[in-house]
Amino acid sequence: MPPEIARLVTRGVAVRARRAGTGRPVLFLHGAGGWPAWLPFFDRLSQRYTLTVPEHPGFGASEDPKWIRNVPDLAMYYLDVLEASFSTPVHVIGHSLGGWTTAEIAVRNTQRIASLTLVAPAGIRVKGVPPGDTFIWSPEEAARNRFFDQRLVEAALNAPPPTDEELDIQLQTRLAAVKFGWEPRWFNPDLEKWLHRIKVPTHLVWGRQDKVIPSAYSPLWLERVAGAELTMIEECGHSPHIEKLDDVAMKVLAFLDRVPA
Amino acid sequence: MKFTCFHLMPYRPLDRETARNYRSAWVVLPNSMYDPHRGAAEYDSYLDQLGYAEQLGFDAIGVNEHHQTAYGLMPAPNLIASALVQRTKTVKIAVLGRALPIVGNPINIAEEFAMLDVMSKGRIIAGFVRGIGAEYHSTGVNPAFSHERFHEAHDLIVKAWTTPGPFEFEGAHFRYRYVNLWPRPYQTPHPPIWIPSMGSRETIEWASAPERKYPFLVTFSSEAAVARYLTMYRETANAHGYTASGSQLGWAVPIYVAATDARAREEAKAGIESLFNDFLPIPWEMLLPPGYTSIPSLKATMKIRTSLGSRARNQTVDELIESGTALIGSPTTVRDKIERMRDQTGLEHLITLLQFGVMSDELTLRNMELFAGEVMPRLR
Repeated sequence: MPPEIARLVTRGVAVRARRAGTGRPVLFLHGAGGWPAWLPFFDRLSQRYTLTVPEHPGFGASEDPKWIRNVPDLAMYYLDVLEASFSTPVHVIGHSLGGWTTAEIAVRNTQRIASLTLVAPAGIRVKGVPPGDTFIWSPEEAARNRFFDQRLVEAALNAPPPTDEELDIQLQTRLAAVKFGWEPRWFNPDLEKWLHRIKVPTHLVWGRQDKVIPSAYSPLWLERVAGAELTMIEECGHSPHIEKLDDVAMKVLAFLDRVPA
Repeated sequence: MKFTCFHLMPYRPLDRETARNYRSAWVVLPNSMYDPHRGAAEYDSYLDQLGYAEQLGFDAIGVNEHHQTAYGLMPAPNLIASALVQRTKTVKIAVLGRALPIVGNPINIAEEFAMLDVMSKGRIIAGFVRGIGAEYHSTGVNPAFSHERFHEAHDLIVKAWTTPGPFEFEGAHFRYRYVNLWPRPYQTPHPPIWIPSMGSRETIEWASAPERKYPFLVTFSSEAAVARYLTMYRETANAHGYTASGSQLGWAVPIYVAATDARAREEAKAGIESLFNDFLPIPWEMLLPPGYTSIPSLKATMKIRTSLGSRARNQTVDELIESGTALIGSPTTVRDKIERMRDQTGLEHLITLLQFGVMSDELTLRNMELFAGEVMPRLR
């Protein structure tokens, strides 16, 4: 089912959001690569849930308020969104930067949150295991390091060049990624010590061969978030919900379905 | 016209063939390829050359700041400036410039310049830059806040130089309960501030504002781009309601002079080609990280500069001469080209790069002497 594209305004900040499906609410927070196209993964979710996929403030064509300067700010903004736009607790799914943002939201307040699904989340650091230097990679390296499946790499590399309008969106997205992720690189030194505050059901999903945020980070998440469960996806890079759609959609839906209403 | 003898202090003993296996001579080139003993000899040569420039009659000698690169061995340019203060008597010493956004505490920069200015009895020219994009990789500073940090650091430094302390400074990036420089600068109100730039509308807009009127020096650009940026500065000044003077306009350019065009071309070839093909290439991702330039500027740059950021294709001495990116030729040829640019733009500052790439000491000294003897006097 094609999504409806809405303009979501929260405390004066307008962002784009795709929305589809019926059922309990799911909020998907995208990664540093920007607001994704409507993915097959979203189709699977929206068959059973009402899915909202906003574009973060600062990315693409969403507004870029000066006062959102870092991921903790972004998390506070999303607490406002959860209060303003949802009447029942929300399943939050976050990928990469979005996973980091999801954790930052949850250490602050889980009143409006039913569960967390963190897909290859950024946000914490295991000393000696740096994330990939996404900002120094050429477009080709970025594509090669994102996927395990080389067919997906080739597809990404053979995509037609962006139109001028798409280029503007891309450049704005890259700027937002730098603002949120450059320093400290893809993490907040003050997040890990508060992860014990997360007491809602939490599901981690990771691609074993992730070269952006290494899957070696998963044990630390499991240690810090009580009761968190992990789905490790074999032969998979940084975007398991794209690269291993069937497996990931099944595992994510099974987790969401288990969470009591 | 005023002349600055400017130096980048490249690491000439670099094994350039091995270096080409790396992404760039910046940030990621292993420093195991640097030999401190050969490096010491390089400093000796380069300091001698800059000291000699005073005897040759240059108005200023200039150094600059770059980090983690074989392209230039001056991560702390004020240390070099301090050595030059001791080696010279009257020549101005221009640090072109300090990279303001990438330091943790800009007051250190204000203090160092004040010390140099006092020690040299007022011979310091303070250049302010944002560093090149690669420096945001080597320092970790977030390029998304580069402009904010530059402007705030600039305001803080100028205020520290001019406002009686102690005073309090409260910015978004820098906050101090006490700002109170000891020593204060020697020059009143403060050392001249110059703005070297690869050219961007934002920088021109800011530097030319009536409350600043900072000299703007275009670096590493083709003749056409230099003319365009200097014209843009003039037009922006007009829009601000005043006429820019020639002393606000400068051109930083590699120059090589020999008896004939052919000989100059032959002697400069290795130096200029190594500068552009070995020391300077920086991939886009390192050269222009997001935020370093505004999106409109970035898009404009992507159209104009296809050469600086790529190792895809070597540039030849002929192409660099043809585009006017380097001035290489007989004294008459070089003089004519400078005169043409002066007539076109009214610029009064020429920042000459007389040693570049792997150029030897011998050729460098000959170049300096010929330029100072045969080109400079006619342009004064």
